[in-house]
Amino acid sequence: MIFIIAVCLFFAVAVTVAIILFFFKYKRRTEVEVGVPIYGDMRLEAAWMIVPLILSLAMFGWGAVVYVDYRTTPKDTLDIYVVGKQWMWKLQQPNGLREINELHVPIGRNVRLIMASEDVIHDFFVPAFRVKMDVVPGHYNTMWFQPTKPGKYHFFCSQYCGTNHSVMEGWVTVMEPSEYASWLSGSSGGGDANPVVAGEKLFAEKACNTCHLSDGTGRAPSLNGVYGAKVLLADGATVTADDSYIRESILTPNAKIVAKYAPLMPTFQGQLTEEQILALTAYVKSLQAQPVPATGSGIAPAAGKK
Amino acid sequence: MPRVHYLNATYGIRSWLLTTDHKRIALLYLASVTFFFFIGGLFATMIRLHLLTPAGFLVTPETYNKLFTMHGVAMIFFFLIPSIPAVLGNFLLPIMIGAKDLAFPKLNLLSWYIYLIGGMFVLYSFSTGGLDTGWTFYTPLSSVYSNSAVTPAVIGIFINGFSSILTGLNFVVTVHTMRAPGMTWFRLPLFVWAQYATSIIFVLGTPVIAITLLLAGLERMFHLGFFNPALGGDPILFQHLFWFYSHPAVYIMILPAMGVISEIIPTFARKPIFGYSFIAGSSIAIAVIGFFVWAHHMFLTGESTYAALAFSLLSYLVAIPSAVKVFNWASTLYKGSISWDTPMLYALGFIGLFLIGGLTGLFLACLGLDIHLHDTYFVVAHFHYIMVGGAVMGYVGGLHFWWPKITGKLYPEFMARVAAIVLFFGFNLTFFPQFLLGYLGMPRRYHTYPPEFQVLNVMSTAGASILALGYLLPMIYLVWSIKYGRVAGPNPWPSTGLEWKTASPPPTENFDVTPEVTWEPYDFKNRPDLGLDAGPSLAPAHGDD
Repeated sequence: MIFIIAVCLFFAVAVTVAIILFFFKYKRRTEVEVGVPIYGDMRLEAAWMIVPLILSLAMFGWGAVVYVDYRTTPKDTLDIYVVGKQWMWKLQQPNGLREINELHVPIGRNVRLIMASEDVIHDFFVPAFRVKMDVVPGHYNTMWFQPTKPGKYHFFCSQYCGTNHSVMEGWVTVMEPSEYASWLSGSSGGGDANPVVAGEKLFAEKACNTCHLSDGTGRAPSLNGVYGAKVLLADGATVTADDSYIRESILTPNAKIVAKYAPLMPTFQGQLTEEQILALTAYVKSLQAQPVPATGSGIAPAAGKK
Repeated sequence: MPRVHYLNATYGIRSWLLTTDHKRIALLYLASVTFFFFIGGLFATMIRLHLLTPAGFLVTPETYNKLFTMHGVAMIFFFLIPSIPAVLGNFLLPIMIGAKDLAFPKLNLLSWYIYLIGGMFVLYSFSTGGLDTGWTFYTPLSSVYSNSAVTPAVIGIFINGFSSILTGLNFVVTVHTMRAPGMTWFRLPLFVWAQYATSIIFVLGTPVIAITLLLAGLERMFHLGFFNPALGGDPILFQHLFWFYSHPAVYIMILPAMGVISEIIPTFARKPIFGYSFIAGSSIAIAVIGFFVWAHHMFLTGESTYAALAFSLLSYLVAIPSAVKVFNWASTLYKGSISWDTPMLYALGFIGLFLIGGLTGLFLACLGLDIHLHDTYFVVAHFHYIMVGGAVMGYVGGLHFWWPKITGKLYPEFMARVAAIVLFFGFNLTFFPQFLLGYLGMPRRYHTYPPEFQVLNVMSTAGASILALGYLLPMIYLVWSIKYGRVAGPNPWPSTGLEWKTASPPPTENFDVTPEVTWEPYDFKNRPDLGLDAGPSLAPAHGDD
């Protein structure tokens, strides 16, 4: 950052000073005076192509390192589900506690936001943390940060999203881990608010459980242990069963067919809200530790248990 | 002044509305882009006034959103893109290469009518419900959720695109086939090179925006799923298609201005431009590389990390030809005979503002910094430095430079210098604080803002009122000069281009006799016809080395 500012300031000042200097030094003295004809200089041209090129490659390299680090989610994250809709943010703690336009996080943890939109494109932006990411309908985008200092920090929607775009904002409260723990337990989690419980209920309501039998004898693969594992597809490819994969399998089931299964599943496009999809995903995630049946699972054999 | 010229050769409204004279069509464009500039400027004024207080005191959120959307649409599609090509380019390109007109004069008139029809649709949209999608028309906001008059606006911009395509086609063919004897490619004025590069972007890029907005319109009208995820579409696809045109469109706006500056600087430094072939080549390089940087608008949409790396690298590469131009312009001043006439003040202002605009682009191209700066006021400041500080300064500077050729009259020099200086300071006061606002985290397109941002917003609004004055002044004295200005004569500065070899204003056919070019571009030494003290020797004009 300082390097870029320094380089830019140097060139801005150097060129400006040169121009102003020339303006005064070579001011026209007589009406008919003509300047010295100089047509160019190959060495100079080469120099002012190569030097800026090298400097800008250095800027690129530094920026690339920061960006790749930002886009690579670290292990062991505290996952917060975020749903943006015109014009509010709904956030949900891992234990199911819901917040609106407020987010409480502990210092020292890597906090990952898994974000979905109910309608148009939004963008979650916390200036103090130097992080932002678009929240795009039809996609999950994630971003992460590690809070280091307790306090309250403004967050904004920074992708224009319609009439009340500018009030779609809120506060991140960063707390000591112990405070955070007591805040979490002091507020009512559990019950229907818990995404796993809500997801399990939906799983039955939407009759998912009539095919996805846990022992693998159903018309659809068992979902035990599938989250985070590699799934073998009908075309021989494998895919990691992450949030986006589960979402896609619910909304457009025929996009990726698990090997040895018929494309029977109906689409749930338009029948589930983003929050319901997140609840179902949370439920599938909770099955991660369940025993995987020997047959009737979509998990790729070579990959084995994660 | 000549007794008969293109302005008074024929009379009556029909002689203007049915003209095929490129110079008259340029004036038709001048009137219409000025109209849109003032509409867009009015919206901008209201935006800045509204943001005087954190709560915003002038308009409702709905109205505010419409103001910045309509400001963008009017300024970009109906002022900036056509301004230099369709006004100055139309007027000058044939004269500069020694031709009687463009290759397709009737097509040229058709371009203007298409522009007008597109403009009518957009004005209809503005006046019946307005437009609140942002000029970027991001889906699914524009295609599903917005309640404003999106459909007529999209149709208007679609239609207007054909005007750009036809103008581009006309320019490319004209430069290839209509050059006067002796006017080789490397004797072309750099303004023509810039117009040529711009025309390539017009022809290759405009169809993409036209079809993209058409798809968004179809999605809105008939619920065909292209971009709406609920219909199986992908909103990110829209952004790829949109920026595939709209990033090169930035170069459509700035390249012609660079062409203007490349004409002004050698004229008022009275020496050949430094590194002619590098300036010409960098225009082409910008036009080509400019097509491969579009996804740098999308680093935070969730696009793949590899794509982001590639587009960041390419964005740095496109900065190099721009830097080459700046260095060459600055070097041209070295050992010149520099006058401080108005066009030169604009050129100087252009370089200064373009420097800031360009260098802040390096911050945004940097992946790590863009995470923070994307969609904040930093971006707003950056592109206004390029488009207003760069393109508009170039356009107004060019208008002053060629005003004596267009009208045959000189404008009042003192007033013009004052206006140039007012514009420069007003501009900086308006937009420099916005860099700081963006760095502090104020997002774009906010109708209200947290109170800690107020001081900088007030500065920006104060600057905007100075800026508005800076634009009104030239309007007044330029119009005044048409009637009361001093007669300019064919070559008042003097300058070396072919356009200065003919009368001011030029005759309808541009030249009485087809000119033959025997001199190199920007050569003041071997041009006795300019009446300058070329002297027999090539000794330095200033005996200081």
